Amino acid sequence: MKMKVFAVRTAKEILRDPLTVFFGLGFPLVLLILLTAIQANIPVSLFEMESLAPGIAVFGLSFMTLFSATLISKDRSGALLQRLYTTPLTAVDYILGYTLPIVPIALAQCVICFAAALIMGLGFSVNVLLAALTIIPVSLFFISLGLLCGTVLNDKQVGGICGALLTNLAGWLSGIWFDLNLVGGWFKKIADLFPFVHAVELERAMISGNYDGILPHVLWVSGYVIITTVAAVIVFTSKMKNN
Amino acid sequence: MDSIVITGLTKKYKDITAVNGLDLTVHKGELFSLLGVNGAGKTTTIKMLSCLTEPTSGDAVLNGKSIVREKQDVKSLIAVSPQETAVAPNLSVKENLELMAGVHGFPSDKTKEKVSEMIERFSLGEITEKRAGKLSGGWQRRLSIAMALISEPQILFLDEPTLGLDVIARSELWDVISALKGKITIILTTHYMEEAETLSDRIAIMKSGQLLTVGTAAEIMEKTGTEKFEEAFIKIVKEGN
Repeated sequence: MKMKVFAVRTAKEILRDPLTVFFGLGFPLVLLILLTAIQANIPVSLFEMESLAPGIAVFGLSFMTLFSATLISKDRSGALLQRLYTTPLTAVDYILGYTLPIVPIALAQCVICFAAALIMGLGFSVNVLLAALTIIPVSLFFISLGLLCGTVLNDKQVGGICGALLTNLAGWLSGIWFDLNLVGGWFKKIADLFPFVHAVELERAMISGNYDGILPHVLWVSGYVIITTVAAVIVFTSKMKNN
Repeated sequence: MDSIVITGLTKKYKDITAVNGLDLTVHKGELFSLLGVNGAGKTTTIKMLSCLTEPTSGDAVLNGKSIVREKQDVKSLIAVSPQETAVAPNLSVKENLELMAGVHGFPSDKTKEKVSEMIERFSLGEITEKRAGKLSGGWQRRLSIAMALISEPQILFLDEPTLGLDVIARSELWDVISALKGKITIILTTHYMEEAETLSDRIAIMKSGQLLTVGTAAEIMEKTGTEKFEEAFIKIVKEGN
């Protein structure tokens, strides 16, 4: 009950920020339309919808990190969190209260992205629904990362690290804009160490229904989800104890 | 009857001792002020008493509950209005009050009742639907105290409640705080001598984590042989090296 009250507040704070709504729900849509328009005017197959839509859906999740980190860092700097720490809310209430409301926002973002992709030529099948559902566990990595960053960074640092750095990492190291195999070498090796390309490949496999070779991607993404979630819980709880 | 009994409360951060062996008793229903220059240990003391930070040693018992061993019990009987206004900026005034009632586990009918009571008591009627982040500093402070009081605390911590407010807003907030006197135990920290003198039943003066003196404003002035409380404060702090 107490957690639910806190979770409702988290959702309201995020959804009432117009910039959040634009970047969270609108920006991936703009990218999808823009890249589809580019594809229509170039002779090579660079941004095919089956490959582009899952990539944009994963890229859009980097905004979830920004939202959660910004909210938590502002709650810290404005002392709201300090006030709440003196109430009977427990560490579990905080972590779930910050995380759970962002999951449906991430899902809504993905559904909007796929709905637009369907209008723009993506063939409908049950795989699209499965891909949308797969975004839920993937989103946990991005949300936990936000929880972690928001707990240790201030508002300005969150803007730089989660806003600029993470969106660039998620963009360049995910194979959304270009095939990482074409670049190869150290760039691909580095990209493979991050979860972004694995999340994109996982979504692509789900949407195409071709599950061959999916297991390594599942393991990489699951590993990152577990590591970031555990790290976020440990750091948040430790900060809560020693404010 | 004693509401807060502090025994040997100490907080160390690496090489710095923020609060050093504090012994203090606050009576039930008393408005007790903690004064001191920056770095005196006032805020650290409040943070320890409100379970925001763990003491390095010592303990404090708040209405029978230890801040070291019974944190959750202590949290259910206290409320804090921090130095910053500490409101949820995108929530309305009413929603901020509902949030605080909700996180204390109030059922919906009690939440409604308490929100209406706070809106009336703090004259928030005209701004109930306004977002807290859009309010002036004075209104945010008023809301902040209402948010602290909605949980029906037995002990209220007010950390520099009038910091940065204009004269009128400060005077209005003094009226609000004065109206609470005798009903609940209040611990107030402030840099304004006049505020402490006007509002407090008793005052403690701290410096470098140590308690220098405790008493009523009149007692402290008598002890120092001064006619103004501010002069008494300066004398005690300067001599307390």
